[in-house]
Amino acid sequence: MNDKNPSGASYPELLTVSPSPHIRHSDTTRSVMTDVIIALVPALIWGVICFGPRAALVVILSVASCVLAEYVFEKITHRKVTIGDCSAAVTGLLLGLSLSSSVPYYMPVVGGVFAIVVAKQLFGGIGKNFMNPALAARVFLFAWPSEMNKFVKPFSRLSLFASGADVDTVATATPLVSLKTGALPDVSMTELILGEVGGCIGEVSVVLLLLGAAYLLCRRVISWHIPVSYIGVVALLTVLFPRNADTGSFVLSQLFSGGLVIGAFFMATDYSTSPITNKGKLIFGALCGALTVLIRYFGGYPEGVSFAILIANSLVYYIDRVTLPRVFGKGGAANG
Amino acid sequence: MKKNGFLASLKNGVFDNNPTLVQLLGMCPTLAVTTSLTNAVGMGAAATAVLICSNMIISLCRKFIPRQVRIAAYIVIISGFVTAVELLMKAFFFDLYGALGLFIPLIVVNCIILARAEAFASKNPVLPSIFDGLSMGLGFTFALCLIAFFRELLGAGTLFGFPVLGSWYNPAIIFILPSGAFLTLGFIIAGVQKIRNTRQEKARSAQNDREEETA
Repeated sequence: MNDKNPSGASYPELLTVSPSPHIRHSDTTRSVMTDVIIALVPALIWGVICFGPRAALVVILSVASCVLAEYVFEKITHRKVTIGDCSAAVTGLLLGLSLSSSVPYYMPVVGGVFAIVVAKQLFGGIGKNFMNPALAARVFLFAWPSEMNKFVKPFSRLSLFASGADVDTVATATPLVSLKTGALPDVSMTELILGEVGGCIGEVSVVLLLLGAAYLLCRRVISWHIPVSYIGVVALLTVLFPRNADTGSFVLSQLFSGGLVIGAFFMATDYSTSPITNKGKLIFGALCGALTVLIRYFGGYPEGVSFAILIANSLVYYIDRVTLPRVFGKGGAANG
Repeated sequence: MKKNGFLASLKNGVFDNNPTLVQLLGMCPTLAVTTSLTNAVGMGAAATAVLICSNMIISLCRKFIPRQVRIAAYIVIISGFVTAVELLMKAFFFDLYGALGLFIPLIVVNCIILARAEAFASKNPVLPSIFDGLSMGLGFTFALCLIAFFRELLGAGTLFGFPVLGSWYNPAIIFILPSGAFLTLGFIIAGVQKIRNTRQEKARSAQNDREEETA
């Protein structure tokens, strides 16, 4: 703020006239993104402990290709380079965490470039993309469905140069494959919650993901609306329509398997691809939950979180339209 | 018809007013049959044959067809040729016929053919109508081949069924699935629009320069 007006005379600050916003907050894109990274680190560390150095390399490749793709694209198109705000790094981290540790190394690279260039920058860059870039890239990577659906046993550490044949010897069915057929997974509930199961690098440890989510909630980076309505609707639908006689175990297994926790807390809550109002967020979360259960029950793939969130992403515009708050002093019941 | 009328019509059909990439007509066969170059060439050839013949007949009959029932009349003419093409294909290219399947009879309602009948053949003499049919048909074929080239190359690692990318390439099968059709088409249309925009800007600035010189 200037304490001198253009003519040079000095006035007290009381008379400053400026356009809004008047109240500034210390949050920046960078601080928000750094919080998200901090919240994901425990799950990442667990993924590396569980799946070995290959998991670390997959995540590093994914992050590096996202950041590099953002830098190169913005240089080529003469836009402001935004790699400093860490958003590309978060996209890369989320993408890497949602891949299996056994994927060939070109997949995180192709995915990273797709996430940044196609899903984010072609729509105008940060804040203008209508789909979560990490999830869009993950779904694009189903171009290689057999690699995407191959998961290795926990603690069967693949070497960095493991071939496809090596992967096959340690491949395992994820809990979701059992759940698809209505059977309970062959792991105990403790193993499921701690993350001693086959799955994507970052999705297995429910406890550590919840720890990260608690951090984000405390820091008010995310609000409770989307995760609670998302997970709540999944719980409700699986309680109402269980596929196993042991309803309690079945419902808990559904909640703690696959990408539901990381999806609900870290992906569905992405600012640019979720509704603005709290009512909208609740509707959005419920939609994600219903779609996830539908795909898990009737879809072609065992997991439905990525597809569900992307479909809900594409409806955010309509949810925002429906939940638009009434402008003060306009419309209302009295005016009919 | 002018001496270079045919060339102009060809350029118009294949590039400036490409029925698929610029006018965005005939999206259904475009998305469905471009899984391989062979299919694209077959579909393009079939549509071109129908387009030339239907344009010719419609142009010949343009004085007799009453305005009120013209669409029905066009459809009758077009479907006659489509049936002929379908039977010929069944007789001589049975594999291709099997691959294209339902999309051969669907040429009857292909918007490109109806659009050319309505917009061109019904208002122009026979010879230009035939050329128009040929150039629009070639434009359609060109667009199909362009899309199929990328889809077959990336999705199967082959071109016309021959492996070209070698065994190191792990085909990204998304490109031969419907979602890959939309992705590829989107990128190609974006590229074409980009080229057209740059060209128009260049033409405009050249015109401005000329105007400034004369002034």
